[in-house]
Amino acid sequence: MDENELRAAVIATLKAIAPEVAEGDLRADRPLRSQVDLDSMDWLNFLIGLHERLQVDIPEADYARLVTLGDVLDYLARKLA
Amino acid sequence: MARPDIIRKRIADLRVPPNLADYAAARATFSWQAVRDELAGLPGGGLNIAFEAVERHARGPLRDKTAFRFLGAGASRDIGYGELSRLSNRFANVLRALGVGKDERLFLLCGRRPELYVAMLGGFKNGTAVSPLFSAFGPEPIATRIRLGEGSVLVTTDALYERKVAQIRGALPTLRHVLLVGEDGKTTNIPGTLDLAALMSQADDACDIAATAAGDLALLHFTSGTTGTPKGAMHVHDAVVTHFATGRYALDLHAEDIFWCTADPGWVTGTSYGIIAPLLHGVTSIVDEAEFDVERWYRILDEEKVSVWYTAPTAIRMLMKAGAEIAGKRSYPSLRFIASVGEPLNPEAVWWGREVLGLPIHDNWWQTETGGIMIANTPAFDIKPGSMGRPLPGIEAAIVRRDAAGNISLVDTPDSEGELALKAGWPSMLRGYLHDEERYRKCFAGLDNEWYLSGDLARRDADGYYWFVGRADDVIKSAGHLIGPFEVESALMEHPAVAEAGVIGKPDAVVGEVVKAFVSLRQGFAASETLRLELLGHARKKLGAAVAPKEIAFLPSLPRTRSGKIMRRLLKARELGLPEGDTSTLEAG
Repeated sequence: MDENELRAAVIATLKAIAPEVAEGDLRADRPLRSQVDLDSMDWLNFLIGLHERLQVDIPEADYARLVTLGDVLDYLARKLA
Repeated sequence: MARPDIIRKRIADLRVPPNLADYAAARATFSWQAVRDELAGLPGGGLNIAFEAVERHARGPLRDKTAFRFLGAGASRDIGYGELSRLSNRFANVLRALGVGKDERLFLLCGRRPELYVAMLGGFKNGTAVSPLFSAFGPEPIATRIRLGEGSVLVTTDALYERKVAQIRGALPTLRHVLLVGEDGKTTNIPGTLDLAALMSQADDACDIAATAAGDLALLHFTSGTTGTPKGAMHVHDAVVTHFATGRYALDLHAEDIFWCTADPGWVTGTSYGIIAPLLHGVTSIVDEAEFDVERWYRILDEEKVSVWYTAPTAIRMLMKAGAEIAGKRSYPSLRFIASVGEPLNPEAVWWGREVLGLPIHDNWWQTETGGIMIANTPAFDIKPGSMGRPLPGIEAAIVRRDAAGNISLVDTPDSEGELALKAGWPSMLRGYLHDEERYRKCFAGLDNEWYLSGDLARRDADGYYWFVGRADDVIKSAGHLIGPFEVESALMEHPAVAEAGVIGKPDAVVGEVVKAFVSLRQGFAASETLRLELLGHARKKLGAAVAPKEIAFLPSLPRTRSGKIMRRLLKARELGLPEGDTSTLEAG
């Protein structure tokens, strides 16, 4: 999976929970939850959605590192490498 | 593993002598006036929450003690009682310079950052009533509340303003001033707004606190009913007496405590117990600016040496889900008391606390309308897991039944279900719903309207412990917050595809209930996954994540009563696969 495919998969997972997201408005270097209204349940469902879509294990202990879209993409790219 | 029905307590096992040690004696000798007399009162007469919470300490030995420790993205920031006094004075002066007076209302829409806390206390000092809003609200709930409360000033951040407020500003004619906090710490520059930091830097450190009376409006907390618009529950400065008493009895606050209330001040818990009660007791409070995160929360409990922790069932269940192993990586030697509020705490969660953190979790019960904790499990007394505990000193509770004429009778037989009622007259009782005298009157019944009716169904056992049974109405309780189905239905109906909408709370193991919407479509629209996502996005944009549905399902039509009301109960019964009950009023066809 290349960078673009990974990004598309992450955005698709996000949009299943928050369909109102406009991809162009998202800044990869800012906390995702300050740009998209995601409550704790949405956020958990987003991470579970990524796990299911990409078959990547995301242990609870790693959640704190996943703040920005960039963090999420880097983390998943490393896991998938 | 079989667990007993009761967790026995012994006072000798407690690390700190409890504030409530003899239940019967404390209740027998309690008087609200005696508690009121322990507070200072305004020097010139009258009562002001900010004076009791901040000034009393800022002028005494606690001047340099940390009142709040804010945990942000980078380093933490400590604000002492003396500094909190100066900052809130400045904010009161900012309001004065803008010509904002005593009879106006200040709205706050902001994350848990210092400016929010300073603005609330400064608002009290100016005598301006304060209404904190949850920052996860979308534009529509924000507009409804500011309009209803006739807000004249709003404190928010630049990012929240651009995302949620700018688009509704034109529809808020009473809103004269918007004061912005720059989220990245920079000066803001958005047309039609003022930069709060710039105003604060020009304001004076000293201010005369407005001469508020005990009965003057201090706080406006919005809550939801089944029908109609949200209700603005009005609380007065005298509520501080309840905040003080309950901080002592229900949270067992002692001067040396490090206290962490995890609730957001956008909800009543985060104001009464995230701001006011700990300040009244002169303790240090932890404020975490970040969102919930399992590892972060355990780290805070450990590293900040939290001794008293007040949290919510949803958070506890999320910690439970993450497993005991992650909790075991840290230790919590300072922690001595854990309390929870928001919705009934299941027995498993009470026990989980004991098994994983070494302390059982103490459930308690109250509502926006009650302003403070009413019924609680406290450190010195046995816990019956699943029960909310017993009424605190000063609070008389009862189980009542209403008849068709609206008269009530007290139910004295143990374990009988009825509506939970409280004898009116405690200081933090709501004094009205703003502009809605009728709904306020409906909350009271009995001789001289002496009973406040909570709308919660409960039972009391032979030992005097209360047990939550359910809501008497269709209000949804999600993650401890009340959501009015009408507000959600109205937003969905604004979409051109939607003919009718019915919204229910669907039971959920973590958050209690999730908002689920059923919609039927107008002619010319067909159900599809694309339309479902479009409706979900539409609702989220208008309502925000905290209120919008998590699930949307299509139905050909919604069940209605003959009088045309959507039967939410029937939708819920069908969703749960339960018997549909009495459907005799259901419209045929």
